[in-house]
Amino acid sequence: MRSLLPIFTVVVAIFVIWYGAAVALNTPWAKDQAKRNNVELSFTELVADTWSQKKPKLPAPHQVVAEIWKTTGEMVAKGRAFSKRSLIYHSWITLSATMLGFVMGTSFGILLAIGIVFNRVMDMSVMPWVIASQTIPILAIAPMIIVVLNAVGISGLLPKAMISMYLSFFPVVVGMVKGLRSPDGMQLDQMRTWNATSGQEFWRLRLPSSMPFLFASLKVAMAASLVGAIVGELPTGAVAGLGARLLAGSYYGQTIQIWSALIMAAALAALLVALIGMIQKITLRKMGMAQ
Amino acid sequence: MMWIVFGLVCWLVGWRANVWLSRQPKSRFTALAVPVIFGITLILIWEAVVRGFEVSPVLLPAPSVIAVTFAQSTHILWQDFVQTVIKGALSGYVLGCGSAFLIAVVIDRFPFLQRGLLPVGNFVAALPIVGMAPILVMWFGFDWQSKAAVVVVMVFFPMLVNTVEGLQATDKMQRDLMRTYASSYWQTLLKLRLPAAMPFIFNGLKITTTLALIGAIVAEFFGSPIKGMGFRISTSVGQLALDLVWAEIVVAAIVGSAFYGGVALLEKALTFWHPSQRG
Repeated sequence: MRSLLPIFTVVVAIFVIWYGAAVALNTPWAKDQAKRNNVELSFTELVADTWSQKKPKLPAPHQVVAEIWKTTGEMVAKGRAFSKRSLIYHSWITLSATMLGFVMGTSFGILLAIGIVFNRVMDMSVMPWVIASQTIPILAIAPMIIVVLNAVGISGLLPKAMISMYLSFFPVVVGMVKGLRSPDGMQLDQMRTWNATSGQEFWRLRLPSSMPFLFASLKVAMAASLVGAIVGELPTGAVAGLGARLLAGSYYGQTIQIWSALIMAAALAALLVALIGMIQKITLRKMGMAQ
Repeated sequence: MMWIVFGLVCWLVGWRANVWLSRQPKSRFTALAVPVIFGITLILIWEAVVRGFEVSPVLLPAPSVIAVTFAQSTHILWQDFVQTVIKGALSGYVLGCGSAFLIAVVIDRFPFLQRGLLPVGNFVAALPIVGMAPILVMWFGFDWQSKAAVVVVMVFFPMLVNTVEGLQATDKMQRDLMRTYASSYWQTLLKLRLPAAMPFIFNGLKITTTLALIGAIVAEFFGSPIKGMGFRISTSVGQLALDLVWAEIVVAAIVGSAFYGGVALLEKALTFWHPSQRG
């Protein structure tokens, strides 16, 4: 682990900068308060104040950690892990939409890729539109999708999952098309000399050799689908989910709440991507493809 | 009923045409015509479905209605375009990509920083950074500065990771050759490593075009002055004026494609020597 020390240094540096920035950004408010109460703040008092304000411009890391602990660990200890004030509850809402969207997007993407690889008409007509579809900032129409689907009577998990699906199918299509086409001419010829049907060619050659590509795009798709779920929660009127926590926090100026939702989302993303990485490692090793 | 028949006919004609075209020998014409026919067929079917089944305009307006709204409200759309794209997305894009590029060059000089920052950068690039939007809106106010800030944060890490990767793309042989020429660090950088990094840099620039647009629009959901594409979309949805929303989406789609296409053209002009461009 040669790179452990540099990473550690960078992380420590980030925390130092964070604390420093918290002092710099929160000082005006602290000074203002001190002036109103007619007290002179010494430097240490000032720093202590900037790190413990109730609605700071930038909360210090320990405040965010405390908030996260208060809304997760403490809630669990009280046996109310799934109450509406608990961050676990909100994370669960977001996670379920993410997973549903991810599964839908991935299966749609794989099907589309198979169609594109085996059908020339689809390749020529659909592929350019798949690429064009991603230059459209889809997140921008998230509110519309939610509202329209609500009007049709579809509400809850599905609208959010649809947005996640739209974001996550693209990397899968691109990766799988590349992967299914990755066997070279020699291998395809070999299959042909064995008189393999196109089904056999698909199951025994193309699909296995596309696995490394699939996993690489699954990681991207997972991250994208989490973003989709979070943004999909914004227009639902801040009911539940990490996105709703972000919106509610920004309405009421609860910066600590925003940051704790943000950190939670980051942790969730890291966890999900790491999970796929693990599955990738195991699968590829079992298939004898580990690097 | 007429409209449904019309839709079915369109579907069949478009499909047959594409099947026929794809059997022709591959040329520039077929490569362009097939997706265009596919797109036109989709729009015609959309029109036919909306009219044939009398779908409420509150749910899904017909393409013709959207086109009329687009033509009628060009001044609103232009105003929103300037606010969101020119002021928010473009300034943030230039700032973010520029600073990421410079920092990448610095990082590249120090292997210690490289080993430390790259994993962290990769990690951050996978995080849901749009979530930073409410915080940045709080810091920089409601106007375009906060949107530009969101865009900077969103494009920074993908760009950084790509540039650093690109600067390592030269192989040992090439660097040794530069050393035998007794070239300085700057000469090696300018004449060998930056040109070799170009495809990676452009990859980063292309990925971040969409991110920039998304960042600028989503940031407006958290508060904005009374103009801007994100503002218009969220308020028009509230007023059930979906034709205006779709007009904004058309603008966003055109801008997004043009932005991406522009960078891709620039790439073609600058990296004409790379195998991926010659093929």
